[in-house]
Amino acid sequence: MPTYRLNVDGAVRTIEAEKDEPLLYALTDALKFKGPKFGCGVGQCGTCTVLVNDQPIRSCILSASSVGNKPIRTLDGLMQNGQLHPVQAAFVEEQAAQCGYCANGWVMHAVSILEKNPKASDAQIQQGFANVQCRCGTQIAILRAVKKARDNMATAKT
Amino acid sequence: MDIMNLNRRDFLRTQVALVVGASWAVMVGDAAAQAVAPVLVGPPPTALDTWIRIAADGSVVANFGKMDCGQGIDLAVAQIVADELDVALDKVHVTMGDTRFSPNQGGGSASTGLRMGAVPLRNAAAEARRVLVEAASLKLGVNVAGLSVEDGRVFALADQAKSVTYAELIGGKAFSTPMEWNNQIGNALNVNGKAKPKDPSQYKIVGKGFKRKDIALKVSAQEHYTAHIRPDNLLHARSVRPPVAGAKLLGVDNASIAHIKGAKSFVKGDFVAVVAETEWNAVRAARSLKVKWSDVPGPFTGGEEKVYDYIRQATPTAANAISMFGGKKAWDEKPTLAALSTSAKVLEADYECAFQSHARIGPSCGVVDVRGDKAEIWTDTQKPHFLRMGIAKFLGIPPGNVQVKWMHGAGSYGRSDSDEAPYEAALLSQAFARPVRMQWSREEGTAWDPKAPAAIITMKAGLDINNQVTGWLFKAKGFNGWDVRFTPESPEHVLVGMLTGHKKWNAYNFNVPEESYKFNNHVHWWETVPPYLQEASPMRTAHLRAPQEMQTRFGQESFIDEVAHVAGMHPVDFRLKHLQDSREIEVVKVAAERMGWPNRKKGTTKGDISLGWGLALHSGYGSYAAVACEIEVNKQTGRIWVKKVSIAHDCGMMVNPIGVRAALEGQIMQGISRTLHEEVHFDEKRVKSVDWTTYRIANLNDVPGEVDLVLINRPDKPMGGAGEPAIVCFPAAIANAVFDATGVRIRRYPLVAERVKKALA
Repeated sequence: MPTYRLNVDGAVRTIEAEKDEPLLYALTDALKFKGPKFGCGVGQCGTCTVLVNDQPIRSCILSASSVGNKPIRTLDGLMQNGQLHPVQAAFVEEQAAQCGYCANGWVMHAVSILEKNPKASDAQIQQGFANVQCRCGTQIAILRAVKKARDNMATAKT
Repeated sequence: MDIMNLNRRDFLRTQVALVVGASWAVMVGDAAAQAVAPVLVGPPPTALDTWIRIAADGSVVANFGKMDCGQGIDLAVAQIVADELDVALDKVHVTMGDTRFSPNQGGGSASTGLRMGAVPLRNAAAEARRVLVEAASLKLGVNVAGLSVEDGRVFALADQAKSVTYAELIGGKAFSTPMEWNNQIGNALNVNGKAKPKDPSQYKIVGKGFKRKDIALKVSAQEHYTAHIRPDNLLHARSVRPPVAGAKLLGVDNASIAHIKGAKSFVKGDFVAVVAETEWNAVRAARSLKVKWSDVPGPFTGGEEKVYDYIRQATPTAANAISMFGGKKAWDEKPTLAALSTSAKVLEADYECAFQSHARIGPSCGVVDVRGDKAEIWTDTQKPHFLRMGIAKFLGIPPGNVQVKWMHGAGSYGRSDSDEAPYEAALLSQAFARPVRMQWSREEGTAWDPKAPAAIITMKAGLDINNQVTGWLFKAKGFNGWDVRFTPESPEHVLVGMLTGHKKWNAYNFNVPEESYKFNNHVHWWETVPPYLQEASPMRTAHLRAPQEMQTRFGQESFIDEVAHVAGMHPVDFRLKHLQDSREIEVVKVAAERMGWPNRKKGTTKGDISLGWGLALHSGYGSYAAVACEIEVNKQTGRIWVKKVSIAHDCGMMVNPIGVRAALEGQIMQGISRTLHEEVHFDEKRVKSVDWTTYRIANLNDVPGEVDLVLINRPDKPMGGAGEPAIVCFPAAIANAVFDATGVRIRRYPLVAERVKKALA
């Protein structure tokens, strides 16, 4: 199997992978990451989301071999110095998870939405989550959490 | 690597140390049990130590024989245990669904987590406190009556310096105190000690809102899910399904996967799977393996288009007049029909309910390590103890040699696919003598999971010249709610079992509503229809959250609305006139008032948008819920949006209001999803719902504009379940709102936009 170097959460990791192997399996099977999860394998649910070049990408349909040295950010690397990211903290505050299996997709998309536009309107937040699914029906709490994260981050800056 | 300890936290390590030498995991013929006692495997419920342990540091371990479906039931159990023991909430650690530590309490089932599951723990915690206070009395030389407990410290009321902690009294040691067991296993399992639990008025922690601790772990990639379990020497597995349901296996061509390193096929009966050293190679092998299947006619006669014709025309397999689990009762519809025949007005309506899928966000996953006649299983099944029995039977090994560790997993909502992959992994692990991780695909998780049964609810009512009800007929006719059982206790209830020769059972059940409303000449019964395909069907039917209740209440609660209008009464007034139970009356009134009843005018239309509201009631699981929805419906697109939802909810003694609120919010979205979007598509040959575009669920655009929850707490009433009653109401509440908005009745769910648009055209 060919060997690839991936730049994940600020560290270079070497993996063996088939040329067509999706990044998801490289992260979860070879590197034992726990944030991105298998949900659909066809890019429809967001459960496997990672940020590549700060863009939310469905790692189940992106081959690991195609990523090159672009920086990959995952839920596993989102905490800094043992502290939850403000988005994660807001999810805890609003209790925005039931089974939590899909939380990875929502949190990573929310991070991306608020990095691109820290002042995102409620409508922009809602539109930012295209094709992110939650089966338990936690969307009400998730929207509250993302808005809270936006407001908390704005307060922290001022 | 000690693989059974992959998901051990510190408190579990403490517990493992505590149970060394204890004789759990063997067949226990309990000496105190009566002749009718069920076969018991695992820790004896008759020992207080099974339920409650005090570690050397004074922390408390409570062993819970159920699991959490993502609603924080463990936190509520901890609140109860902390209050009964008088320890701080943070000191209580609840283990869930681990066959090594807990007796079979039935797993996640019928919103019983607290109303039944917490009862033995409440009793055990009370008994533990009694034993500890008596021990403290001896040690301190103070009468029990002169002692009090605060945060695990027993002290003399007269002299607080005289004190001893639970840790000092028993930390790390066994109680060796007996509990009286009611000889039941499953949901009904209960134990009693000499101590009586506290009166709820003394509770300080129960009734207050606390936030779940697992959410921080879940949003920061620290929680262990089944999918993360990777023991050393692991094989990854995928199964291969036939293109036409019911096709028989004729052969596999192993040369077709020879190019994939380490890939091997596995065949037994009509079950086909592949294994490989890496997950991706298992996926590739499953896609590449050439399999020859027999040519069979499509088993789903008429397909989706004809499903309601199929139900109408089918000869019933069984019929009964009472609700689920209620036994058998004869009924006679003649008096009702006679009353209708002489009524001034007769109303009739059929309500149709589509097949729905559990469609878990993560399809079935199971990791199993079979070593000789022993097996270790990691799973997110709702019923770990029953899974143990079933897999032991499947593998032909003693149940006591099978240990099941429940893990967090994708939400499952009933008899989902969660039980399937562990069985398949077990078979493969036995065959390859290596640990196996079976992961289902999205297609399998949607197309091949057990389905909620499609049904037709037939309603008839008569009114006399004064618009009084003369007769009321309810008949549910649908696919079998028990086509496969709600517990995975035998291989005949899972696909791989049926594919390898375990013939499915023959038991039938649907459901009828409880007698909330009092009508003259009231009759109700259900009939089940034969499955399309007897064995190993992707359309086999089973429990989906609030099983067969969403169907029956869609009929009942929509028809109430229809009859009320014909009788010239507001549907709320009509309900109140016929309801008997004061708790039902209260939730209906409260939810209606939140929508402006009784002063609110009928629905309005502005341009393409019509606005209206509707209500539905459900009581069950010891709880009461009335859901009122204000909706907007767009005549051009057929899209329905819930603008405001008000729920009045009474679940008796409320343990954690934050948890109840979250459970209700989840039911709002899943209720909207099942009402507006969810239906399994299929033709004669196969299920065509295979992903999130072919099986649509609610998304952010469906989030209501306003969510209004009224939680009614009744500390004097037993704890009720909060996971199901509200969701039942959504189809009828929304369909009734559509009528208020537009004057059009829609009698089929889901109310997908295309269907609504046609109905309004």
